[in-house]
Amino acid sequence: MLSRREDFRDILEERRTSSDLSHALKSFTRVSSRASPPCSVSTLNKTVLESQHLHYIMQEVSKDTGEPLEAIREEAAGILEEMSQNLQLGYIRFLGFILSKVFKRLFRKINVNEEGLQRLQQAMQESPVVLMPNHRSYVDFLVLSYLLFTYDLSIPVIAAGIPLMGMQLIGEILRRSGAFFIRRSIGTDKLYWAVLSEYVKTILRKDFAPVEFYVEGLRSRTLKSLPPKLGMMHMVLEPFFKGEVYDISLVPISISYDRVVEESLLAYEILGVPKPKETTMGLLKARKVMDEDYGNMHVCFGHPLSVRDLAKGKVNRKQYNLIPRDLPMKPSESIHAFANTTAHLVLRLQQDNMVLSPWSLMATILMQNLGGINLKLLTKQTVWLKWLVLDFGALVDWPVQVADSEVMSSGLSLHHSVVRCEGDQVLLAEQKPQRGAAPEEAVFRRAVAVLMCASYRNQALHVLASPAMLSVALSLAAASSRADIYNLYAFLREMFYNEFIFIPDRTGQDFEEACSLLQKCGTVQIINQNIMVTDKGLSVTSFLTAAVEPFIDAYQVIFRYICSRSVQEFTEKQFISGIRTFTLNLILTGEVKSYDVLSSETQKNALASLVRLNALTKKKREEQTYFSPNKAAIGRTADILGKKNSKIMCRLGRNSSCCVTEAPVMPVEQDSPAPITFIS
Amino acid sequence: MASSGHGSGRQEAADRRLRLIAGHLHPRIAASECKAEAAESDPVRAKTVPKRRQEVMKWNGWGYSDSRFLFNKKGQAEFTGRRYRLGGLIFPSLKDWFESTFGANLQHKSPPTAALNSSAITPPNLNEPFLQDLKSMGIPHSLEAEDRVFRAHGHCLHEIFALREGRFGRLPDMVVWPNCHDDVVKIVELACQHNACLIPYGGGTSVSSALECPPDEMRSIVSLDTSQMNHILWIDEKNLTAHVEAGIVGQELERLLNESGFCTGHEPDSMEFSTLGGWVATRASGMKKNIYGNIEDLVVHIKMVTPRGVVEKSCQVPRMSTGPDIHHFIMGSEGTLGVVTEVTLKIRPLPEYQKYGSVVFPNFEQGVACLREVAKQRCAPASIRLMDNAQFQFGHALKPQVSSIFTSFLDGLKKFYITKFKGFDTHRLCVATLLFEGDREKVLQHEKQVYDIAAKFGGLAAGEDNGQRGYMLTFVIAYLRDLGMDYYVIGESFETSVPWDRVLDLCRNVKERITRECKERGVQFPPMSTCRVTQTYDAGACVYFYFAFNYRGLADPVHVYEQVEHAAREEILANGGSLSHHHGAPKPMSDTCETTNQIAAYIQSHGLLRPRFLHLVVHDGVVDAKATEDDERLCRKRR
Repeated sequence: MLSRREDFRDILEERRTSSDLSHALKSFTRVSSRASPPCSVSTLNKTVLESQHLHYIMQEVSKDTGEPLEAIREEAAGILEEMSQNLQLGYIRFLGFILSKVFKRLFRKINVNEEGLQRLQQAMQESPVVLMPNHRSYVDFLVLSYLLFTYDLSIPVIAAGIPLMGMQLIGEILRRSGAFFIRRSIGTDKLYWAVLSEYVKTILRKDFAPVEFYVEGLRSRTLKSLPPKLGMMHMVLEPFFKGEVYDISLVPISISYDRVVEESLLAYEILGVPKPKETTMGLLKARKVMDEDYGNMHVCFGHPLSVRDLAKGKVNRKQYNLIPRDLPMKPSESIHAFANTTAHLVLRLQQDNMVLSPWSLMATILMQNLGGINLKLLTKQTVWLKWLVLDFGALVDWPVQVADSEVMSSGLSLHHSVVRCEGDQVLLAEQKPQRGAAPEEAVFRRAVAVLMCASYRNQALHVLASPAMLSVALSLAAASSRADIYNLYAFLREMFYNEFIFIPDRTGQDFEEACSLLQKCGTVQIINQNIMVTDKGLSVTSFLTAAVEPFIDAYQVIFRYICSRSVQEFTEKQFISGIRTFTLNLILTGEVKSYDVLSSETQKNALASLVRLNALTKKKREEQTYFSPNKAAIGRTADILGKKNSKIMCRLGRNSSCCVTEAPVMPVEQDSPAPITFIS
Repeated sequence: MASSGHGSGRQEAADRRLRLIAGHLHPRIAASECKAEAAESDPVRAKTVPKRRQEVMKWNGWGYSDSRFLFNKKGQAEFTGRRYRLGGLIFPSLKDWFESTFGANLQHKSPPTAALNSSAITPPNLNEPFLQDLKSMGIPHSLEAEDRVFRAHGHCLHEIFALREGRFGRLPDMVVWPNCHDDVVKIVELACQHNACLIPYGGGTSVSSALECPPDEMRSIVSLDTSQMNHILWIDEKNLTAHVEAGIVGQELERLLNESGFCTGHEPDSMEFSTLGGWVATRASGMKKNIYGNIEDLVVHIKMVTPRGVVEKSCQVPRMSTGPDIHHFIMGSEGTLGVVTEVTLKIRPLPEYQKYGSVVFPNFEQGVACLREVAKQRCAPASIRLMDNAQFQFGHALKPQVSSIFTSFLDGLKKFYITKFKGFDTHRLCVATLLFEGDREKVLQHEKQVYDIAAKFGGLAAGEDNGQRGYMLTFVIAYLRDLGMDYYVIGESFETSVPWDRVLDLCRNVKERITRECKERGVQFPPMSTCRVTQTYDAGACVYFYFAFNYRGLADPVHVYEQVEHAAREEILANGGSLSHHHGAPKPMSDTCETTNQIAAYIQSHGLLRPRFLHLVVHDGVVDAKATEDDERLCRKRR
């Protein structure tokens, strides 16, 4: 965990006072763990193509397909050519110059923890480094390279989705700035996998440059952490397991935005409207976003994690001794578990170092008052929440020596696209549907507004998630016995495993932590194996419960939907379109008040949870994945969650999510963009 | 160094060998003669290692008492004595290297306790009936403290360190000197009869703690010193074999065979002191194994006395297919199964011509690639070794003072050529040392082939002198350790066997692990952590590590040392290497390696397979005389 006292420094300050050109042309020397001079891009690619591992795979593919080895080799060379980066300092300088201009225009400040950069420099001297930032915006992509250039650290090579490559000119510039491109759905293309993994591993083995990739696999549309993708994770860990490098440092990096540049697109994408294709023209058209103010950006470099230390006692490296190391080897269970835990750990550390903006706290309160809230009350509650999240150990970018009211109004005005003020009332900024439009249209517009606000709530959700699970468990438990509460907590944690990202096999530890957090702020008392909510603490637990209630409600709707269907099995596509119609009807009738259920992310997470809980069986047939439900199990799950609503209501006597629902069904696009999947 | 001429070649080679090893010990005749039954003629007698070894050898360090490194009054390193070619020479750059490598300082000395204080030693725990019977048989023995101390240890760091501090653990209670196989049979029988514990002792050069007496052993411990069993019993010129008593010391065996125009070609680095029986018991490997083979390739017949009788084959043949080879059960058993008394070895006519050589590579990676290629083409010379950069620097520091300006001028020129003209980085380059053997023409042809391969990997021939000095290093390293210990520097070597594709990774990772572990454990100055590839095989290589550090400021340096070494071994295993290539299983790590002993005990304990001819019983490093009665209990304990 980061020391909460670390100082951030605004790097734009210097850019605003001195020449961008001389910044771009400054001298630059790279640090590296290797004594030998770095190799060239062409040597790197040659090493990959001539590797024994690739050779084995090419032979295999040739045998499978009957094509001559030469043709396969050419195909591999083609793949590599499409993929490979062509890092050139000149382009970094060029980009550095442009980015200085762009960033100054977009952001008020780009704050960086310099101590983190010093640690990074140290780590780079000791072993190959993997940079693992979270991914919330396209801006993430370049800001790290820009920072590392500014601080004289090795420029990373970055795993990017192939659509970026398709952008004319920009694709090439990115490639020369260190991007390498990965196809979106690799599936079972053996040769592609082999080229990619050999490419990544060779970069690490040679310590050619730090490798940067998004462990979440893609940009999070919900601004919440996504469950990690393990394919790339395995690739970067393997050189250590096989002893090809002494150690590897994983550096979690947290990038937090006051306001995300592509915020308006997010909600649409979540609702299933496909994102615009990445094109250069699109980018030029999007330049009007440059006129907006996006507030501050925080980049926090976490403590480097030594893979060697992490693996100590967990991975027996001798398992690699009995198979030639160049032969492809399916990761053993222990390796898989290690990669999974490590990926989750990195996500957790990213979350820990996120800097919360006052606005995301406001959004959290707003989400519980979707009908509108008095500004004074909002201010009071936001300030209260600030103290709560500080108690929970979060970093908050709350300006000192500025009146709270000013902080509030600054946040509200920065986010005029999400909220508006009507007199004293703060309301969601919702586009009014055209007259005569179908009622679905109104729901859709409302959903866009709510989900946009929800995204900013999500930025703060990770701080609340675990204590919130405990609060829900406390409200569900029949008695106050610690064991009962623990069981419920564990159940909820499993249920929302993908929603809130918990580290596997750490239920006990997380539970203890949640208990101690709530105990520390006087919310619960723990006496003789009993956990009881104090009178004073009731407001905290009810707040926390309300914070996650939209998710609980959403899952309930999804369970209901699956149980109501008569089919034996369904595909994800069928499910997503079905649940949409189902939900719209419920929203139109006013029965359901959660809009999160419309989010395709939530829908997918719920499916994954049911699979985890063995309430859904996943089968693969003819390249299609089918789910077959165990309705009894789903029903039981729903019952446990269901107890909550009645109980909470009778205890608190209030309906915490009071939202307005007026219009029925809307038409929604079905194909959401396919994510990059690294694991077939 | 190349000898020339057909006729004189053989003689000269023999002389050279003598010079190289140069062990001249006091001849001593054993008290009682014992005619070896197999020998028709008079057996060839080696110069005997004296019973009182401490008279010629150090009791608390390596080698001969008169030979040692020291820093003289001028602060220059010199080597004393006249036994070695190095004797009396000055090494001008050793001091700087020593101080800068270890952060040591000649002002900070850590001398050993001066003399052995016999009164500090616990009196022997005697088994009177055993002693009486032994006396009646006339087998020489000793109860003297000095003799017991000398045989209570091998040459592990912790053993020597304790001796220097005047600390003694459990000692053998007495020493016996059998003169022949029959004596050993009698001694083992007596031990069985009277419930005594035997530890066979050959050259005492063990580095696997195999000579350590179990501290909890309640029985009387008898050290069985094989040094008086040192005859070559016969030489069979038709089959090219020699039958030799197991107590013969390596250098004597070679000297005597050389006199008859033969050699075994088995030259482990310890050959000045280690014995034939020890080689068999530890699965030894010699420097020139590429021509002559390792001990398992050299052995034709073994006679071993066990508590259950004598084990030997009924014929002396090159190969058999009658079940598992019992030799492979004996080799590597490290004295746990019995006492090896006589061995028939292959011998070869003395090579006509010998030539050293060396190659400089721009970096270690290229060097390893070259060695791999040499192994692939199966054209390895008698010896080929690749030193890493640190060891190259080390070797350089051992360059004796040059007398002529011309030589130093030449050295400067060479250095200029390699670093400036060829662009080699002095902090990355590494050196391979070579030794060719055979008839002259073939040697020269062979040499060309190897240098041609080396050139493909950027290697430059660097002369015979560098090659020879490289080999010298391995003989004097143990003396150098004693020098280090006088100045707060402790160190040790360990080795491993590793597949080719993992050599580089293993070397890098193990060295790095050592450096980091030292730092974590509070070692003030970066350690010396260096390696060399010492043997090549079809499927892999043997890698040898030196690891030493300055222990000033550490409360328990040996413990730190052992922790780091343990970590290094762990790293070796994780990188696909073995625990040992030829030193033998290190005691603290024995748990991690399935030894033959464990397998034997395991199999017996299940009663699945009972050896038909033999009933072998084992006990850690000790022939267990009592165990015949209750081997079942023992087996249970092992499980």
